[in-house]
Formats: sequence, C-alpha cells, structure tokens
Amino acid sequence: MPDGNSAARDEYVVQMKKITKVYSNGVAANQEVDFNLHRGEIHALMGENGAGKSTLMKMLFGLEQPTSGEIVVNGEVLHLTSPSVAISHGIGMVHQHFMLVPSLSVAENMVLGMVPQKSGLFIDKAKAIEITKEYSERFNLHVEPEAKVMDIPVGMKQKVEILKALVRGAKILIMDEPTAVLTSQETAELFVELKNLKKQGYTIVFISHKLNEIMEITDRLTIMRRGRSMGVYNTKDVTKEEISRLMVGRDVVLSVQKDKANPGETVLRVRDLEYVNEWNKKMLDKISFDVRRGEILGIAGVEGNGQKELVDMLFNFNTPNSGTATVNNVSILGLPQQKIRELGVSLVPEDRMIYGIAAGASIEENVISDRSADKRFNKGPLFNMKAIHDEADRLIREYTVLCKSRRQHVGMLSGGNIQKVVVAREFSSNPVLILADQPTRGIDVGATEFIRKKLVELSRSGIAVLLVSADLNEVMELSDSLIVMHNGRIAAYFEDTAGLTDEMMGEYMLGLKEQSKEEVRRVCHDEKTPA
Amino acid sequence: MLNFLKILATPEFFYSIIRISAPILFATLAAIVVEKAGFSNIGLEGLMMFSALAGSLVSYYTKTWYFGLLAALATGVLMSLIMGFFAFKLKTDIILVGVAVNMMGSGGTLFLCKVITNLTQGKAMASTTGLITKSLCIPDISIPLLHQIPFLGAVFSGHNLLTYLAFLFCLLTSVMLYKTPLGLNIRAVGENPNAASSVGVSVLRIKYTAMAFSGLMSGFGGAFMSMAYAQGWSLDMVSGRGFIALAAQAMGGGECLGGMLSALVFGFAQALGIKFSAIGLDSNLASPIPYAVTIIGLVIFAIVRNNKIKRQHSAAALAKSEAK
Repeated sequence: MPDGNSAARDEYVVQMKKITKVYSNGVAANQEVDFNLHRGEIHALMGENGAGKSTLMKMLFGLEQPTSGEIVVNGEVLHLTSPSVAISHGIGMVHQHFMLVPSLSVAENMVLGMVPQKSGLFIDKAKAIEITKEYSERFNLHVEPEAKVMDIPVGMKQKVEILKALVRGAKILIMDEPTAVLTSQETAELFVELKNLKKQGYTIVFISHKLNEIMEITDRLTIMRRGRSMGVYNTKDVTKEEISRLMVGRDVVLSVQKDKANPGETVLRVRDLEYVNEWNKKMLDKISFDVRRGEILGIAGVEGNGQKELVDMLFNFNTPNSGTATVNNVSILGLPQQKIRELGVSLVPEDRMIYGIAAGASIEENVISDRSADKRFNKGPLFNMKAIHDEADRLIREYTVLCKSRRQHVGMLSGGNIQKVVVAREFSSNPVLILADQPTRGIDVGATEFIRKKLVELSRSGIAVLLVSADLNEVMELSDSLIVMHNGRIAAYFEDTAGLTDEMMGEYMLGLKEQSKEEVRRVCHDEKTPA
Repeated sequence: MLNFLKILATPEFFYSIIRISAPILFATLAAIVVEKAGFSNIGLEGLMMFSALAGSLVSYYTKTWYFGLLAALATGVLMSLIMGFFAFKLKTDIILVGVAVNMMGSGGTLFLCKVITNLTQGKAMASTTGLITKSLCIPDISIPLLHQIPFLGAVFSGHNLLTYLAFLFCLLTSVMLYKTPLGLNIRAVGENPNAASSVGVSVLRIKYTAMAFSGLMSGFGGAFMSMAYAQGWSLDMVSGRGFIALAAQAMGGGECLGGMLSALVFGFAQALGIKFSAIGLDSNLASPIPYAVTIIGLVIFAIVRNNKIKRQHSAAALAKSEAK
C-alpha cells in the first residue's frame, strides 16, 4: 500500500501500543496490550471467551475507542472513531454475525452505501453485478451476484462479507471466528481463499480458539488471557501444548475448604443425549453421565462446546434429537419447567438477567416466584403476606443480600447481590439436584466465595450438584469429579480432581487429547460391572 | 339480481371506485414506504386531517388552489418530521406518537378551524365548507381523445388532478423503492439496520426520509379530501381512510402494486355501500360493507400467505432430503 505521509516505511502495517480499555462499569477488558501486524501475514488472535480479543479488534475497527494507548496504521497515528474511519484506512471486518440484508441480492449487498448510479438517479444494477463479478474473480471467491442473500448458503454469505470489505478498499481483514459457522468443507475452502489473499499482499487477523486451524493457516499468533497479551509467537515455533498452556490458566486461587465427597445413589442420569442445531451442527454427541447424591460433578470446557446446550436440554429450554435424562428414575426431557422443579431440580441459569430474575419485581417477589402456589404462602384465594414477608426476610438474612428492604427491585442491586437472590431461591427449595451454570460469572469476590461455599455445603448435605463453569479455577476447586467437554463430546472424565493440572485440562479442553470411550464411560456409575 | 348488476355495470360506478380509491391509495403508499423502512406510521389519519384543513384554509385565503395544495403537503411533511423527532430522537413509542397525532387530528383540527375562522371571519366556524367554492378546489382534468371513447372515457377521463397523481405516484414509489439508491437504503435499513449502518448508511436519516415521504403522501390525501372529494374541510372527514390504508398495505403484501389493488378493493366496497344506500337500502345495512370487505380481504390475504410459506417450507425440506 502506498504510504504518502511518512517517508520511513514501517515494518508493521498495524501497531497497537499499550492499549487499555476500561468500560464505564469499571471492567478492564484490555490492559496494556501490544498487538502488531506484518504486511501480508495471517495472524491469529487467540484466547478464551472474555479474554479481550473482541474488544481489542473492535478498537482496531473503530467500534470502540481505547481508554489509553495508541493505534498506528501504516506509520500514522489514528483516532479510529467509527468503522467508516477504519474502512477509509483500509481496515475491514468480517463479523461473526453477518451484516447482510437477506432480501437484497448479493450484488446489492456488495454496493450498499456506495451504490453506482446511472442518469444520476437510478441504481446501475448491471454495474453492481459487474463489480461483484470482477472482485469475485480477482480474489477467487465464488458468489452468485444476482441471488438473494437469504437463498445462499452460509459459506457464500461469508464470501460476500469478505468481498464487501475488499470492495471498500480493505487491505487488513479482521475475521471474527470465521469458521464457527462453517462446515469442514467450507472451512477448507475458506483457507485456500485466505492463503490466496495473503499472497496478494493482504493482511488477515484470524480470531479463533481452534488449535488445528491456527497451526494450519497462521504465520504468527498473539495469545490473550484475562485482558492481557501473553505474547506474540511464530506459529511454527510453538507447539499446541505451549499454546494451550498460555491460553488456559489460572490466576489467584480462592480455596474453598471441603471434605472428601461420599457419593450416594445416582440422582441425574443422562444417556446418549444428542442434539443437532438449526445449522445442522452436532452440538451434543452421545453425552452420557451420572450425578450422584452428595457429589459435585463439574463440567469444564471452552465455551461453545455443548455445555449451554446440555443445560438447556436438562431444563427443557430445548429438545434433544435423541437420548434420555432422568432424575430419580423419572424422565425430565420435555417436562414443563414447573414439573421439573417439582421433581426437586433447581437451576442457577447462565444468564441471570433473563432466566434468573424479573428485574422489575421486588426481591420478595423474586424469591417466592417458584413457590407462590405453596400452601404456606396462601390464605384462601389471597397470599398470606405475613408468611411471605417472613420467608423473604429470612432468605435475605441467610444469603446476606445487601439491599434496602425486601421491597427493593432486584434490577437495582449489584451483580453479586442479584446472583445471591437467584441462589437464595434455588438453594432453598429443598432440591435433590442443583444445576449451577456459570454460578459466579461476573460477580464480586465476596459473593463468589459465598456461593461456592454454599454449593459445597449443600452437596455435603446430600444434594447432587452439576456445576458447569468456564472458570477453570472454579470448576477445579469445587468439583469432586470432573468432565471435560470438547466439540459436543465428553473428552475426559476425572474421578478425582486432586492432582489435575492446568496443562492437562488445557489439552483436553482444546481437543489435543481425548480419553478412550471406556475411560469416559466410567462416569456412568450404574454401569460399572464387577470385573 | 340482474337488475342490480345493471346498476353496477355503469361507467359512473367504475368512475366512483377510482375516485374513492385515490385518497386511500395515497395513504397506502405512505404506509408502504415507512413499513419498508422498518416501522409503522399509524398517524396517517391525523396527518390527513391536518393537511385537509391547511389546504382548504390556505386555498381560501390566497384564493389560489395550488397554494392550498402546497400548504397541505408542507403540513403533512412538517408534522411527520415532528413525529419522527419524537419517535427517533426523544425515543417515544412510535405507535403512541401516531395515536397522539390521530387524536389531535380530530379535536385539534376543529379547534384550529374555529380559532382561525374566528380571527379572520369574525365568527367561529366548525367547518370550511362555506368558504370553499368550486374554483378554489383542485381542478378535474378531461383527457383529450380518451373522454370521447364511450364507457372508457366516462370511467377514466374527467378525474381530479390528484386522482391521476395518486396512480402516477404508485408507479413512482415502486420505482423509487426498487430502482434508486434511496429505495435500496430504505429497504436495507428496514431489514437489517446494523448491516446498513456498518457500510455507512445513516439509519436515522433514512428513517426521517421515509417519515417525510409518508407525510407528503398524507398531504396529497388530505388535500384530496378537502379540495376535491368534498368542497372544504369538516370534522372527521377522513373517516378512517388512514387506517384502511394500513390494512391495504398489509393486504397488498407491502408492495405498491398489491397496495394499489387493495386500495381499489376498498374503494369498490365503499362505492358499493354508497350505491346500496342510493337505491334505498337501509344505510345501517349498507355502511358495514366496507368493513366486511376489509375483514374478508385480510382473511384471504392471510390464507394465501400461509399457503405460500407452507409451500416454501416443504420445498426447502424436499431440497434438504434430496441433498442427503
């Protein structure tokens, strides 16, 4: 790319120097991150969910502005205040969720915002198609210019997105998890195209946490963890094991005291659960496991490997294609949530604001919402308000919810206290099984510790706990035994978490290793046959 | 029965269908464009009421019909932009803004009419029908040659200037939506505003433009009511045409041609109602006809659309199973 302003040609096309991004709610998404790109390279940006990759790239694309630090593109310090500014400097982004208008044709989507005109008034459709064809051929990205976007397959939609960036003059392409929506065949095709672009001098940022893809296609990689850069490496100089160690790791260890578990009979029994999502991707592949009384079974894994789908199936937010799930020998698949709760199942949902609470209702109303039909809280056709007040006050005290009164709206509380309200309701309903999905995500240390202690306490009193967490620290500290999920399958089962290291976990989480079927099957305790 | 058909098969009856359809068509085009831009303007009724009043008053005071027409158009555009300001800038629910405009369009216009006539005429008047003469109305146009053809001439010639404009605008709106960059942007904003803004299309500007267009069309519709359909403005004279237009938009599948056909169907129903009362049918029996036709039309539309979706789904399923 010609560099008019500065005589000194920089070795880098992009340099992001000491970038810090602190959101208005005080969360530091990026801390002093250095990131740079050579001209004509494919550069992987890796890290777990929440590691800060997306934030960093949003700043490069002008969607967000850094709190401090500077961005240098082609030797020029830029203030990227909007995507249009970024585009005008040759930076394009292919979003994970396509920015396309379904009912318009491919060619119309291509030229949207820069429509060629004839007679100064009308759209020059022929010209739009011609532009599309020209770019399509030049970059060997096959698309059908006249087809409507809603009628074309996902892989072609992605090509349209890439072409859209190219036609606007992008020389640097940011691709946000481009393979997440593709079949393996489409992925292979994409890689050929990306290598082709690289040959023509284009620079590509490839955001992903799929190790094999990264080893195959990238030249260099930057690894991020908890908002910081863990360094830049030449892809050929690092092993998958090293990458996994750098990506997956723990910081401060909050230790929770717990006695050794003494598991009783099986409460939750899941057998051969399978689920194929609407894009024909197998999200759950013959998942089988047991959770017993008095134990915490943890599920670890990088997000998006089927954990969310599994919990959705168990609480009937979704229906599996096949398989069974029973609680104390009663099938729970397809049961209404109230029936599932009556069987003694509690759920601490991943998204507490949507599934956990009603933000506009009071604490009191939220904590009795699952037991409002209970005789204790009713007097004839009316509520027994006295009993309800007492119950709410008791739970607020027992779960140390910081609030003005039981009448306060839950939405006004802090994240940690909101979660305590959820937990107070779910833990106090005399459950036999608790599904805890990311129970301490995004909440303060105090509340985190409280909830973890409570989980251990409840499990020791004889409740079965299934703990799903992307927080390695949490899942390794709390679990008595542990499952690792990868690609919709159980990649590993550890009967005892003692002696497990982050490195071992990382290898299973990223799919470098997988236990044999027999090893994994040990988690189905009922099936143990005396040898 | 045969007698009855004979009454309907007159050129006057077909002429009246076209005449009655014109204001509905204007409002339908207004509804179509805002729906394409991704929102609803249910305030068309109120906009037309204000435009109708402004048109007749300005026409009277300037003694020039085209100043009246311009005033009606300006009123429609200005008020729709104010609606846009409330909805887009101040984040009021656009349905509530529409309800407010409709309510003002009823009581507020009467209030304005009385205040203005009181100031200028010396007495508060509840309508402007006494002020507007034929010469202050928008003229009818006789089309050379066509008007000499028997039957067809009587059906298609001699309509009001705005009637011809309504059908011309139907074509122009379709061209605008599908052949110009503005139309492309409107459709893109309506369907995926994120995609549009990500390539530098200003979503807000497009929404204001669509809103202004709906105001312009309402202005024409209002002017037609007070300066062509009737001589002068009177209370609630738009009588539901703004709402019928919303139904015509939906029934026409959101497209101009379909919208036009739907407007004609409603025009036919109203003309039929008028004809029935004219031949002595109890007006209580005749007046529900347009509404009955609306309901029947919407039901037919829903059935047709459902069948289409079903066909598409089964075709997709078939394609999938064949691919396997």
